[in-house]
Amino acid sequence: MNRDKHKLRKLFLSTLYLSAFTFGGGYVIVTLMRKKFVSEYHWIDEDEMLDLIAIAQSAPGAIAVNGAIVVGYKLAGLIGVIVSVIATIIPPFVIISAISVCYEVFRTNLIVALMLEGMQAGVGAVIASVVFEMGTGIVKEKNPFSLVIMAISFIVTYFFHVNVVYVILVCIVLGLIKTFLQKGREKA
Amino acid sequence: MIYLQLFLSFLQIGAFSFGGGYAAMPLIQSQVVDLHQWLSLSEFTDLVTISQMTPGPIAVNSATFVGIKIAGIPGAIVATLGCILPACIIVTIIAWLYIKYRNMQSLQVVLSTLRPAVVSLIATAGLTIIISAIFGELGISIEAIKIQMVVIFGICMLLLMKWKMNPIFVMVLAGILNVAQYFIIGNIL
Repeated sequence: MNRDKHKLRKLFLSTLYLSAFTFGGGYVIVTLMRKKFVSEYHWIDEDEMLDLIAIAQSAPGAIAVNGAIVVGYKLAGLIGVIVSVIATIIPPFVIISAISVCYEVFRTNLIVALMLEGMQAGVGAVIASVVFEMGTGIVKEKNPFSLVIMAISFIVTYFFHVNVVYVILVCIVLGLIKTFLQKGREKA
Repeated sequence: MIYLQLFLSFLQIGAFSFGGGYAAMPLIQSQVVDLHQWLSLSEFTDLVTISQMTPGPIAVNSATFVGIKIAGIPGAIVATLGCILPACIIVTIIAWLYIKYRNMQSLQVVLSTLRPAVVSLIATAGLTIIISAIFGELGISIEAIKIQMVVIFGICMLLLMKWKMNPIFVMVLAGILNVAQYFIIGNIL
């Protein structure tokens, strides 16, 4: 019992720490989780961790939160999930609460307003470069199915304002059909 | 019932954002800006910028930010819970199945079908942000174009694509450039 408590406390503190100090999004945080839980604590073996990370990346939701869920579940079951998820959301919750108070106060300040206006062009450029990299990755695969999905999704959301959720649902259904077709072929 | 609305909106954001990083952005925009008008497009862009510069996933950050703005701290808690609940259920079930059966292939086929769509959804949201940064919230028109924003956007693209500079650095630089041009050009004219 005492050892369990110790382990949960360690799990809480390490996910809290990772969540508070990891800049650069979910992909960075799962790498650091691997370092912490595989190399440092030896709580999870390497192969299993790779699969757990794959689950975190392919399930819906933020990768950082999903990473906390898989690690927590693996180490301590449902109580582990609760502990590590709470630890993961505390830092962004506190930081953004503080910022949103300042935001309301400072938004009318000329310098802050100019700074934010300029940063809108900056963040637009960051997103454009990310889309460019992801898009060329998919074009290079030369898979006509992917290209058609990419083109149609863009057209229906940008020009026809179709709800994003429907696009994702349709793609999930297509993916499931593809899985069944592949399974059928393997059996034949 | 604002708490229920916040909860359900962020529940959808949590349930349908696949792929991490910017994947949640189009969903947040469609719920928070288009559907419920809880944030203006430029407030939403500020939120994306702030999320870039602080640790924490964009979905959790937006849940906190929108929740506080609409219904204070309780609103933020409700929205955050909504946003993480689907993952807590779905990921735990998948982890349980994985530890039991150790088979992940089907999941990855579905994910590979989603990836091209997610790229396009991010492109759509990104384009809206760029257009609003350059032309303002009313949309494309020749009179509304802000030349300084076009220049700043161009400089940022160059720094990111050609010299692979750190995105946080590039965004801060974009802000500083805009402050600088305001005072320099303002003094000349």
